[in-house]
Amino acid sequence: MGAPRLAAGPARNKLRSETVNRTFYWMVIPALLLFVVLHTIPALTGIFYSFTNYAGYGEWNFVGFGNYVNLFRDDRILSSYAFTFLFATTTTIVVNVGALFIALLLNAKIKFQTAFRGIFFIPNVLSVLIVGYVFNYLLSNNLPLIGQALGIEWLSSSILTNPDLAWLGIVGVTAWQSIAFSVIIYLAGLQTVPAELYEAASLDGASHWRQFTSITFPMISAFFTINMVLALKGLLQAFDQIVALTGGGPGTSTESVAMVIYRGGFQGGEYGYQMANSVVYLIVIVVLSLLQMRTLQRKEADFS
Amino acid sequence: MSTQPITKQSVSGEQDSGSTPPHGPVEKRRISNVNVPLTALVAVLSLTVLIPLYFTVVTALKSSDQLGGTGFELPTSIHPENFTKAWELTNFPNALLVSGIVTASAVVLTIITNSMVAYAIARNMNRPFFKALYYFFIAALFVPFPIIMLPVTKETALLGLDNPVGLFLLYTVYGLSFNIFVYTAFIKSIPPELEEAAIMDGASHWTTFWKVIFPLLTPMNATVGILTCLWAWNDFLLPLVILSDPTTRTLPLVQYVFQSQFNTDYSTAFASYLMAMAPLLLVYLFAQRWVISGVMRGSIK
Repeated sequence: MGAPRLAAGPARNKLRSETVNRTFYWMVIPALLLFVVLHTIPALTGIFYSFTNYAGYGEWNFVGFGNYVNLFRDDRILSSYAFTFLFATTTTIVVNVGALFIALLLNAKIKFQTAFRGIFFIPNVLSVLIVGYVFNYLLSNNLPLIGQALGIEWLSSSILTNPDLAWLGIVGVTAWQSIAFSVIIYLAGLQTVPAELYEAASLDGASHWRQFTSITFPMISAFFTINMVLALKGLLQAFDQIVALTGGGPGTSTESVAMVIYRGGFQGGEYGYQMANSVVYLIVIVVLSLLQMRTLQRKEADFS
Repeated sequence: MSTQPITKQSVSGEQDSGSTPPHGPVEKRRISNVNVPLTALVAVLSLTVLIPLYFTVVTALKSSDQLGGTGFELPTSIHPENFTKAWELTNFPNALLVSGIVTASAVVLTIITNSMVAYAIARNMNRPFFKALYYFFIAALFVPFPIIMLPVTKETALLGLDNPVGLFLLYTVYGLSFNIFVYTAFIKSIPPELEEAAIMDGASHWTTFWKVIFPLLTPMNATVGILTCLWAWNDFLLPLVILSDPTTRTLPLVQYVFQSQFNTDYSTAFASYLMAMAPLLLVYLFAQRWVISGVMRGSIK
């Protein structure tokens, strides 16, 4: 085997540096062009229009940073950011705690493991919008009946029409659905933890909780980071479930940022203004994701 | 655990030595001492998933006057006419066809193109152009769709792409960022000697990719295919803003549009929801193990 391998050396370098290039370029250029046309150009034109008073049709003028300044004086925009942050952080925490708990249970020595794993993943196969419609009916009709029967006042009428509680309904339904995906990621993580570690730990008399904090969690911290970042980023874009559950109401109390962009941009003639909103929103998401990754990864390092 | 060899192969360096537990004995021990209380707890928790599904099914089977009470009772009589009514009202076959075509095209096109792009990038990471391309695509992961939604809608209308063709093109292009991430990690674990041997034998790079590399990517193709399928089938916002012709609505979009027409006819509405969810749910029931191992593989890189 030694001789042919030696001979392949120079030939390989030659192939790599000359003839190879063209095919490889042909493999990426069409995709790159499509990507630029359908993603980069819209992003750039959007940023351009954020400095104009364009309504989505007709004439427009440059307004400089006017749109950006107005965003910070607009109660509807500010409250949509407040709602979106509250919703996204609460749901991210609920989803990750719930999913980690379920994944630990599914990874334990239980019967029908595969079947249960299959059941917990079902919500991820369903449309967010349709799940929202089904729960809208449940929360508006059936839950109040249960509340009345139990004599709990705040549950006796639909929580979705209660300005103080509607957001919790959205958190609950979203968590019900999002946990499914996170459970699978955590399970994948748990399977990378070597069983010997637990055997050694239980021989040393470590409690289950101790085993979790000293072995399991540090070993799967990379998966914790993935789940936290993916969940927060996904939830900051919430749209479908809110359309189905509250339509942004009561009033505008559960309007998410994505929903305000959609409504203002398509129906309100605020194209330029909502593009400014989109740019701010993009900056917020990038900054939050980077911050989150940095803090979580620093933690990861601490554990090891 | 049929996926074990594959996951192991793609696990990154951090836990390599640890990720090869003696599976034989562990497996045996699992069967021999089952934790009964934990099993019971999991069973109770799984009801949180199953009860809403049960509720959807029974509501779809009831007539309007049976809907009172707690809503969880079994129907006293079955009403299949809810389904025929929903079928006709929403023109279900048409929406099913549109959703089917968009999803299938998005999956096939995504697997073919995204794997190819990822291959070219992964094998040329030492060249500035390809390296820049990699970071250019990955950076787009930070740009959620709502941010570019307004200009994209305008542009697709301008280009005549405000139809199902535009829709599956968008899924293919927008999936690129994440899929390249998944594919390149896997491709790096394939020894380049394999392709070099094929090229020494006179095969072009093009043939080498399709005949040698693409078949080796099968597990990743499955992962990417599953995730694309779930996304394209269930997505609502993209069809909502892109599709302009009422006859080319996807299933989720149809549920939204007909919401006002269902009005208080909840049985018909639920029959319609159930029909929209059923196709993917049925596929999932039969391919459950495969789907889940595919998703798990995507997260271990």
